[in-house]
Amino acid sequence: MAKEKPDLVYGTLDMLILKALQYDSRHGLAIADRIQQMSKEILHVEQGSLYPALYRLEAQGWIKAEWGVSDNNRKARYYKLTAAGRKQLTAEEEHWVRITKGIDLVLSGA
Amino acid sequence: MPRLRAWFCRFAGLFRKNRRDAEMAEEMQAHVDLLTERNIAAGMSPEDARNAALREFGGVEQIKEIAREERVWRWADEFVQDIRFGGRMLFRNPGFSILAILCLMLGIGTSAAVMSWIEGILIRPYPLVAHQDRMVALFGTKQGTTEKEGLSYPDFLDLQKYSTLFESFIVDRIMGTTLSIGDRAERASGGIVSANYFDALGVWPMLGRGFRPEEGEGRNAHPVTVISYLTWHDRYRGDPDIIGKTQYLNGVQHTIIGVAPEKFHGTFIGYSFNFWVPTSMQETFDTTGYKLEDRGARWIEGYAFLKPGVTRQQAQAELNAIAQRLENDFPETNRGHVFEILPLSKTPFNAVTNLSPVLAITSGVAAFVLLIACANVSNLLLARSLLRRHEMTMRLALGAGRRRLIKQLFTEGLLLSVISAAGGIMVAYWCRNALVLISPVRSPGITIDYPGQLDWRVLVLSVAVCIGSTMLFALVPAIQASHVDLSGALKSEGSGMIGGSGRSRLRSVLVFVQVALSFVLIAGTGLVLRSLVRMQNADPGFSTRSVVVTSVDLFSAGYKPDRAKIFYEQLLERIRALPGVQSATLARLRPFSYGVYSSAPLEIEGYQPPRNEQLTADYNEVGEGYFATIGIPIITGREFNRTDDENAPPVAIVNETMAAKYWPGKDAVGQRLKVKDKWMEIVGVAKKANYRTKLEQPTPFFYVPVRQNFFVQNNIIIRTDQSAPAISNALAREVHALNPNLAPLDAISLQEQVDLMSYTQRLAVALLAVFGGMALFLAAIGLYAVMSYSVSQTTRELGMRMALGARAGDVLGLVISRGLRLTTAGIVIGAIAAVLMTRLMGNLLYKVSPRDPIAFGFALIVMIAVALIACFLPARRAARVDPARALRV
Repeated sequence: MAKEKPDLVYGTLDMLILKALQYDSRHGLAIADRIQQMSKEILHVEQGSLYPALYRLEAQGWIKAEWGVSDNNRKARYYKLTAAGRKQLTAEEEHWVRITKGIDLVLSGA
Repeated sequence: MPRLRAWFCRFAGLFRKNRRDAEMAEEMQAHVDLLTERNIAAGMSPEDARNAALREFGGVEQIKEIAREERVWRWADEFVQDIRFGGRMLFRNPGFSILAILCLMLGIGTSAAVMSWIEGILIRPYPLVAHQDRMVALFGTKQGTTEKEGLSYPDFLDLQKYSTLFESFIVDRIMGTTLSIGDRAERASGGIVSANYFDALGVWPMLGRGFRPEEGEGRNAHPVTVISYLTWHDRYRGDPDIIGKTQYLNGVQHTIIGVAPEKFHGTFIGYSFNFWVPTSMQETFDTTGYKLEDRGARWIEGYAFLKPGVTRQQAQAELNAIAQRLENDFPETNRGHVFEILPLSKTPFNAVTNLSPVLAITSGVAAFVLLIACANVSNLLLARSLLRRHEMTMRLALGAGRRRLIKQLFTEGLLLSVISAAGGIMVAYWCRNALVLISPVRSPGITIDYPGQLDWRVLVLSVAVCIGSTMLFALVPAIQASHVDLSGALKSEGSGMIGGSGRSRLRSVLVFVQVALSFVLIAGTGLVLRSLVRMQNADPGFSTRSVVVTSVDLFSAGYKPDRAKIFYEQLLERIRALPGVQSATLARLRPFSYGVYSSAPLEIEGYQPPRNEQLTADYNEVGEGYFATIGIPIITGREFNRTDDENAPPVAIVNETMAAKYWPGKDAVGQRLKVKDKWMEIVGVAKKANYRTKLEQPTPFFYVPVRQNFFVQNNIIIRTDQSAPAISNALAREVHALNPNLAPLDAISLQEQVDLMSYTQRLAVALLAVFGGMALFLAAIGLYAVMSYSVSQTTRELGMRMALGARAGDVLGLVISRGLRLTTAGIVIGAIAAVLMTRLMGNLLYKVSPRDPIAFGFALIVMIAVALIACFLPARRAARVDPARALRV
């Protein structure tokens, strides 16, 4: 698992997934696509590593999954945010903003 | 909340493993399919599209594994796996599993049962009683002696008045009566208790109320009683309107004011009380007269509750001060008398005194059994670990992690010990009240009660010991396996030599331990057994065979002395006329009974006692012809006869110990002694005898004629060539003829009476025999397991020897001699330990040295016999080995 290119800051994948699910429920591939698209192709999610994260979030109770049918008529598992997940997303966003602000200050400091 | 939920999801994940795995595979498959379709749409060939999709996705199996970890705890997942595997291992080897579980079950079960007896009898003996940790036994002693006596009622009242460190004092005197309900009459035991009894104990009657403070005072003023739950349930058929009804007790109509709660049996270990009456009713129930205002009559047993935080030492100091004050105020009754308190486990006035040394030894023995069981299972596990070395090596070779192996073996050990612990707790549960079963005291109508209490601390302790030892040895194979040189080990299985390596040394140590522990137990059992035989054969100083004792409860029937005298006169006449009866007489107490002999300060003519010695001796009130009837020889002088009555000058007969003490070198006959202000002339000297138990030291003792010192309650002693059961019908007929409302109590031979009192020793023998047998059984299993294992390990060596010309007999001899060498070493250690430990049994032994050679020889023979059997079977198997096959292995 260690070899993946560190596109993502460690620990941020969970937050990105929650964000990707903020308005719609999506299946795995769609989540990867959504993150890529929202980041204007800067962030690239390794498809496989998505699943451990999804199961982790599901076990935490932040997202819920159910089987559905995709646009091109395939069976797929759709994930959607729970109330607890929404709260978690807000918390993580706030946290992230604070941290990055701090980091910016350090980096731009004279 | 989400944390809890996550926990639950993971936990649930453990059990839905297969379904979740399938779902996960399907989901990832769908993802790859979607990617593939997208690639095809982008113009790739189906094959390239699929490959590209897989590349993009990453290693499916690896990701699944990582994902699994996210979903459930891995350790828990493996734990379930290990339990399944462990279960299969246990099933595959049922012989091993059953043996191991059985051993541990016995070990845990018995030690927990014994501990529960100790808890129930010594530590917290009184169910439902609050604050037993602060409850102490209270009694009197004479300064400078260890002699225990009761309290007097006025002293009890003064203790309550003067003390500051005690929360409360209660007094309690066990007594028996005949309870008649309708036309049924049964013996019942009861307590004369202080009015604060139920309040101080914190026991609230289930129906009605306890005693009010004023009900303790006034001579015979408050005929009220609280009955036990059992009496209410059995004799009154659970009558809900029982309160306010009346019951005749000892001829006095008592009002039932309360029913005690179901589990409360009173405060006398060994007996369940049927009813309680307040102290004011003492005279009604005590055959020896009114005592509430007599400071010199020390007749009651007491308990006290210390205030929280007060130590026994502080409390004792206060009691000493009060005793000092009473001595100053009432020198004629209280000189030299002090009060003493002891923890409940040392209560001097009930069955605890007899039981506590037995229980102490039994608990030691139970600990031995537990140790042996642990050693045994350890042995079995070790032996098996060697058999599984191949499996371990193979797993390591296939890439299993060492930690994973240890975890698996750990789980197997856990499984084993948890099953055994459950079984052990069951055994303990069944045995917790088993002490009652081997208790020999049986009287119809009287409930014997030895409360066993399963205490969780006891269970935890024994389970912990067993799990600990199992774990320790369950892990051995894993530790060994981690040092294995893989390629070497895989090649050279099954070619061991006997002896040598460190592992077999460990096993040898375990066998030593087992043999040694068993030896100690068997030697101890032998000692107690020999004591019992010695004691059985020892002469108590009177005839036990052709003498029958019985009594009629005239006191409960309300007889006054004059009427009782006439009754006994007529009854004895009738009994003497029965066929086969040589003589019959009265005695206030029969020898070897629980009754208390009369005792009084003495004055002896011509004997000047040392300054602070108060002369006292016990005595018995006996009828004419007593010595001839019971078979105690008169050395000089004469025996009592009919003319020693209230009109004749008072006389006494002393025993030889007393004669030698006070009139050394003189003839005691013709001398005088003063008892209770009455001078008596000594008319005879009787040979010494045992009066209470065969263990007692020779003590001064004397007899006075019952006609001159009459009590309503007497025993009838009959010399006859008939057996007790044979004569009892005739006795009942004669009693009935005199008074149709009376029946005699069971007639028993004096031998039976003597046996009743040696029950402590019998109990010890019974318990030690059970535990000794168990230890022997376990040790035999252990020896057998080790021997058969080491034989199986050396099959190749033995085969080689046989191929080179050794005969079956040689092989047999070799294997047996090795086994015996191991056993002998164990026996030597055991013998040393036994010599050191049997000294602790001193007070259970009767005229047997703690190093009695016969007992030790017995243990030696038994151990060698067991060892021979344990070695012989595997040796025979070894001798039958086909050399060709053995070499090919």
